[in-house]
Amino acid sequence: MDLSYTDEEEEFRARLREWLASALPGLPGRPDPGDWPGRRAYDTGWQRLLYDAGYAGLHWPADAGGRGATPTQHLIFLEETERAGAPYVGANFVGLLHAGPTIAAEGTAAQRARWLPPVLRGDEVWCQGFSEPEAGSDLASLRTRAVRDGDDYVVSGQKIWTSHAEVADWCELLVRTDPAAPRHRGISWLAMRMDAPGVTVRPLRTLAGSTEFAEMFLDEVRVPVSHRVGEENDGWRVTMVTLSFERGTAFVGEVVACRRTLDALAAEARRSGRWDDAVLRRRLGRLNAEFRALWRLTQWNVSEAQSTGGVPGTGGSVFKLRYSHARQELYEAAAEVLGAGDALDLDREWVLDRLSSLSYTIAAGTSQIQRNIVAERILGLPKGR
Amino acid sequence: MDFRLSEDQRALRTGIRELLAGRFARDRMRATLDGGGGVGRELWRELGAAGLFALRLPGTAGGVGLGLPESVLMFDEIGRSLLPGPLAATELAAGVVKGAAEGEAVVALAEAGRPVGHLAQADALLVLDGDRARVLTGGALRQVLREARPVRSLDPGTPLWRVPDLAAHDGEPLPEGARLRREGALLTAAEQLGSAARSLEAAVQHAGEREQFGAPIGAFQAVKHLCAGMLVRAETARTAVYAAAVTADPVEIAGAKLLADDAAVGNARDCLQVHGGMGFTWEADVHLHLKRAWLRSGQWLTAADAEEVLAADLA
Repeated sequence: MDLSYTDEEEEFRARLREWLASALPGLPGRPDPGDWPGRRAYDTGWQRLLYDAGYAGLHWPADAGGRGATPTQHLIFLEETERAGAPYVGANFVGLLHAGPTIAAEGTAAQRARWLPPVLRGDEVWCQGFSEPEAGSDLASLRTRAVRDGDDYVVSGQKIWTSHAEVADWCELLVRTDPAAPRHRGISWLAMRMDAPGVTVRPLRTLAGSTEFAEMFLDEVRVPVSHRVGEENDGWRVTMVTLSFERGTAFVGEVVACRRTLDALAAEARRSGRWDDAVLRRRLGRLNAEFRALWRLTQWNVSEAQSTGGVPGTGGSVFKLRYSHARQELYEAAAEVLGAGDALDLDREWVLDRLSSLSYTIAAGTSQIQRNIVAERILGLPKGR
Repeated sequence: MDFRLSEDQRALRTGIRELLAGRFARDRMRATLDGGGGVGRELWRELGAAGLFALRLPGTAGGVGLGLPESVLMFDEIGRSLLPGPLAATELAAGVVKGAAEGEAVVALAEAGRPVGHLAQADALLVLDGDRARVLTGGALRQVLREARPVRSLDPGTPLWRVPDLAAHDGEPLPEGARLRREGALLTAAEQLGSAARSLEAAVQHAGEREQFGAPIGAFQAVKHLCAGMLVRAETARTAVYAAAVTADPVEIAGAKLLADDAAVGNARDCLQVHGGMGFTWEADVHLHLKRAWLRSGQWLTAADAEEVLAADLA
């Protein structure tokens, strides 16, 4: 049990801090949440800065254009960028954490050369075409069809909950290429251009009032066969590679941010006099234990991943279950700190965050699905109903 | 950074697990409870010989020279086994109370306003009053015992006594009372961790074997989700306790105790639920873990105290 960092890691941290201190003051202001083109420009601009400074694709393997950093260095990167108040990965999320690592692991040399450098430079944005109206948590029941026609697939169907669809250049798309095969077998993984004829994006309004995600209608969209990653009908396996990356360290920065939010809540409660309420004060104390433990759980998972060559294990599901719940608890406590008046004021940042926290137990695999994963894959309970 | 256990730490844990499996297996545990609980002196000495109590004493003082992480791993194993006795108090008194390090002495814990466990067997009494600590032995201890009255203990493994106000009783003052209280809380949290893990194992085993509606009950989501929740509780508490053992940070220890108490109590309750009617019987061990977990939740650092420490840490 060694929680100390090596000299090399501390040096990495110090260099990063120094760079952040010089790079952040020059950043433009954050765009309005509803301004999608503005958000894209902001997020990709930040990515370009990272690229020029040598921090892009830190945890990607070197032969994919990354820095080949250890999971611990990646952890330090996420911790320090959040601590410094740097921008989130934002619109680059799918490209950097999802599609990119998948192409790096499963793509041909030509595919890697075509798609990876623009992601690292912030030139191209990806979105994710996995979920469908009838295939959310039950991803394998997806229906979007791809029929081979010469050198193209002709794709028709509908995708949903597609974040960043409005500003994406590419979509990592799961399609059914063999309707007769067992449901996990007839699926393929395609890279689809978002400006291809037949692609229609319709924004969905969330309960927070914003358009975080969209529906995507595909009407005989032609996707070259050369844009398929992995073998035909082997897309499920490729997808599982993708998902294991998604849950690894995706929330590290957020845990650091939650601890900052908790400090801010305590300061607000002290200022308003609500700190004298022992029940509220103790509730905030308990949340302190929660987010400290979640940070330690992250370090534990990263240590485990280090021993398995960087592939995150099922510990990600344990983390996500606890974290998504704790995040919601945090904003419930925030509402109490704000009090009845301010807790209904959408101009208070905490109020919007309270609303968005509701998605955490749903997105990236619902808590119910995560519990099944934990019960079956970690605890070995029988598959069933 | 490598948070995982080192080879030596794994070996240490395996060693104590094997010792307890050999000397305090389930039938022995049950026999101890049927006999009214209490400390088995012979096993206590064996634990002493294995270095449990002297683990953190320097080699020059006859100890093993290891640290809090190693003690935490040992107490984690003890928590699994339901071994009764004031283990944390005795470990903390090693080097202060004669015979404690060797497992020759039993050092009970007295905290203001709370019942005292194992008083009749105690060779010394560690009295904690907030952040002040002192040790009572000899005549003072005998007088406390004369004035005490036994309680019908909720935990069948831990005989309890109500004691009078101890302020009047002189003892040998101990330095660093705040540190003792923190470390006692951490070692107790480690016991809670072992108990939480054992409850989870028992639930998973039962869910995989017990059939209802033509299938093992573990195939039903309702049961699966209870078990998954138990794992999440146990693993979150585990990383908190292990990290607190490495840093010895007071706030981190408070968080560890809070989460470990939750994990032990919550997991025992859910284990009882998974066992259905069987879980409500004396024969099933579920209630023993629950009762011990309740007892430990009230020792060293309660939830209310821990939450105040954690709140004070916020900006």
